[in-house]
Amino acid sequence: MSTGAGTHMGAPLHRGDARRRQKKSLHRAAERHAMILDGAGWDSVAAHALERTWQDEPGVLGFLRTNDHKRLGRRFVATAFLFFVAAGILAAVMRAQLAVPDNHVVGPDLYDQLFTMHGTTMMFIFAVPVMQGMALYLVPLMVGTRNTAFPRMSACAYWLYLLGSITLYGGFALNAGADAGWFAYVPLAGPQYGVGKRSDIWNNLINFTEAMGLMVAVDITTVILKMRAPGMSLRRMPLFVWASLVTSVMIIFAMPAVMLAANLVQFDRTFGTHFFNPAEGGDALLWQHLFWFFGHPEVYFIFIPALGFVSTIIPTFARRPMFGHDAVVLSLIATGFLAFGLWVHHMFATNLPELGKSFFTAMSFMIAIPTAVQIFCWIATLWAGRLNLRVPLLFVLGFFFIFMIGGLSGIMVGSVPFDLQVHDTYFVVAHLHYVLLGGAVFPLFAALYYWFPKMTGRMLGERLGRWQFWLFFIGFNVAFFPMHVLGLEGMPRRMYTYGAETGWGPLNLLASVGAAIIAVSVLVFVINVVRTRRGGEPASADPWGASTLEWATGSPPPPYNFVALPVVTSREPLWAPRPPGTPTHVSGLSAEDREGLVTTVLDAAPDVRYSYPEPTIWPFIAAWGVLVWLLWSSLSTAGMFWGLIPPAIAFIGWYWPSKEETDRQLVLQRRP
Amino acid sequence: MSVLTRWFTPLEGGRREATPASVPAVRKGDALDVADLPSYGFGTRSLMWWGTAGMMAIEGMGFALMIGVCFYLRSLNAVWPSGGDPPDLLWGTVNVVLAVLTGIPNAIIDRAANEQDLHRVRVWLVTFAVLTLCLLPVRWMEFTALNVRGDASAYGSCVWVLLGLHTFNLITNVADTLVVSAVTFKKTVDGKRFVDVAENAGYWWFIIATWIPIYVVIYLVPRM
Repeated sequence: MSTGAGTHMGAPLHRGDARRRQKKSLHRAAERHAMILDGAGWDSVAAHALERTWQDEPGVLGFLRTNDHKRLGRRFVATAFLFFVAAGILAAVMRAQLAVPDNHVVGPDLYDQLFTMHGTTMMFIFAVPVMQGMALYLVPLMVGTRNTAFPRMSACAYWLYLLGSITLYGGFALNAGADAGWFAYVPLAGPQYGVGKRSDIWNNLINFTEAMGLMVAVDITTVILKMRAPGMSLRRMPLFVWASLVTSVMIIFAMPAVMLAANLVQFDRTFGTHFFNPAEGGDALLWQHLFWFFGHPEVYFIFIPALGFVSTIIPTFARRPMFGHDAVVLSLIATGFLAFGLWVHHMFATNLPELGKSFFTAMSFMIAIPTAVQIFCWIATLWAGRLNLRVPLLFVLGFFFIFMIGGLSGIMVGSVPFDLQVHDTYFVVAHLHYVLLGGAVFPLFAALYYWFPKMTGRMLGERLGRWQFWLFFIGFNVAFFPMHVLGLEGMPRRMYTYGAETGWGPLNLLASVGAAIIAVSVLVFVINVVRTRRGGEPASADPWGASTLEWATGSPPPPYNFVALPVVTSREPLWAPRPPGTPTHVSGLSAEDREGLVTTVLDAAPDVRYSYPEPTIWPFIAAWGVLVWLLWSSLSTAGMFWGLIPPAIAFIGWYWPSKEETDRQLVLQRRP
Repeated sequence: MSVLTRWFTPLEGGRREATPASVPAVRKGDALDVADLPSYGFGTRSLMWWGTAGMMAIEGMGFALMIGVCFYLRSLNAVWPSGGDPPDLLWGTVNVVLAVLTGIPNAIIDRAANEQDLHRVRVWLVTFAVLTLCLLPVRWMEFTALNVRGDASAYGSCVWVLLGLHTFNLITNVADTLVVSAVTFKKTVDGKRFVDVAENAGYWWFIIATWIPIYVVIYLVPRM
């Protein structure tokens, strides 16, 4: 292939000549190479070319190599949902055990593994990946681009996530399931008490899931800041995109803490270091600081995307723009900052200075303010709108109710004297489930019903959806509300059984009945999904009459997302009338290469054309390389060094530009 | 031909960014034509810059937390360094001086990459790669002069892991430099590779910038 508009740089560079050659427009290169450019009209020629360019190859290889954000996002969501079900089954076993006093469905050792696996799964391999998966799917569509900034990195992140999770469950199957609680406190998880490989596997899982989380966070942040459709200034950015941006930035600053902590405890276990060993100058509380410096923000990695779902769904079903859009954005940002100042409220039962605890109490109360601002904005939007009470809105209303109760019990446990009374009791279990299920899972179901038509091209069944909602809503309250009372009566969490004389039997039985209702509700959801996939009502491009850009393309979207990238002139691009004379779309990107557009951070003015990386098998191989390295390094010092070779080879293969890739770049090339 | 920037006034008169595109997109009928835009850019115009910045934020946070761990444990221990002398100054100081000196070729490479001068990039990348490789044996000598074992005490653990974390960063960036250098010697080199070289140089500034506080924590703080 000729170097065309590019330059052949193997020979000494004659700068003047090269620059002149490169200043030629891509239109000329297109003429010379008979290359089709997009956007000249909404014609089928460009669409066919885009289809050929962006379509993944069929078969297993295409499955392993894909870097399409939609396939990856769906894959994250589906995998996370499988783990949600797995963790739910673990919870069901625990509820069966606790249903009556002095029960022996499981023994104490297995029970320890059950609650640890349940918490670890829900927090690390369900909640964070499912939210990141939704962001991976939605953000590029919502900002009007064709893929994420570093799609290979997100592909690798998925494989890391899958391999790490399989390792965790493989350990569990071999009676090496983590058993020190989802926050893995030392010394229980340290070398002295955490015997066997259980805690090693947990520490490794943290490396996998946090690497996954960080990679996706960097990808999402870059897409949001640099790849928005022309005209989508920050002030016109959709609220879910804002929520994803805040979450991703939080992840970048919080996840290193748990990764560092897990590795330090692993060093204590493998190499005999003494970070957490008080006998040699270490400190057990250090673990709690490092863990909760991550752990509290983590609650918000789960909750803030959920706020984004709610703020997207409410305007659609209220059929009016969001009331107080700017206030909601500022609240999201404020929540992101405040979330880093709360971690000690998990440590009120330790011997920290009382003045310090007062600060964290104040911060814990303060974070209610931005959440309240959003709630008032949602209520105002609903109040002023014309409600369309479909299943997504039902789940949002359920979220209001349940999250409010969780927020109120949060204010209670935010104060030191109250917390000391209920610390490590079922009151805390009730609170955290009200906050996490109410704050994240209800909005997540709302989001799944809302975006399912976009993801699959079919509408989830409304009737089964309503059944699912009411079963979930009722089951949830029946399961978790009694736990407040059990906690106040003094029932400690993480006990595998209790005596009949405690009087806790009836409320525990009620909670177990509630758990069974939740299980039925999730089963109804699964049936709804399967039935819809087989023959549900086909969805139009914009079945809800929504305002954001993902509804401007087909359901499901084509592999290239948009035939021509949109140009945005308002916050509600599908609702607001376009000012006369404004451009409607972008043209001039190659339809025969995976080209996109980089725009400026604040105003989203077109700045640079961008060639997306092609799909490749290397991210998949790299994830396996990392698996070899991490497992080997948890067994021996030599593994820490020699184990680096497989991932290093994979990363070099990933980066190394092929001749075809270079030639293609040279055709498209235009110097800055 | 109307210039794009007219269309992109922020909603309520916010500030415009200082560096708009070097070549503006142009109107063509209903479309905004971007065919004339450059196919790559340097600095914040490059997506790779944002990716690298993200990596630096993550690793910088890791270093900051690890330094925090050292000071936290130091505050709990009456004797620091516990059970022996502080690390010998010689090799650590040699390394910090060498690292700062690598800033000179790094600055030249950064500039040559931005100017897309392939010859200068190649010459200086090779020089730079050799220099960075020299840092590795010096780093090895540092580990031999710490005067404490990693499993001797919390102090020893801190020193070893802090130096180990930076060494991991050092090795990965030296490997990265070698790979990026090798790519510039391919028969055909496209312009995006200059961006990679510039980003590699940017990351090296991070290695130097983190090394100085870590040097202070490992070598000077135990002497205070």
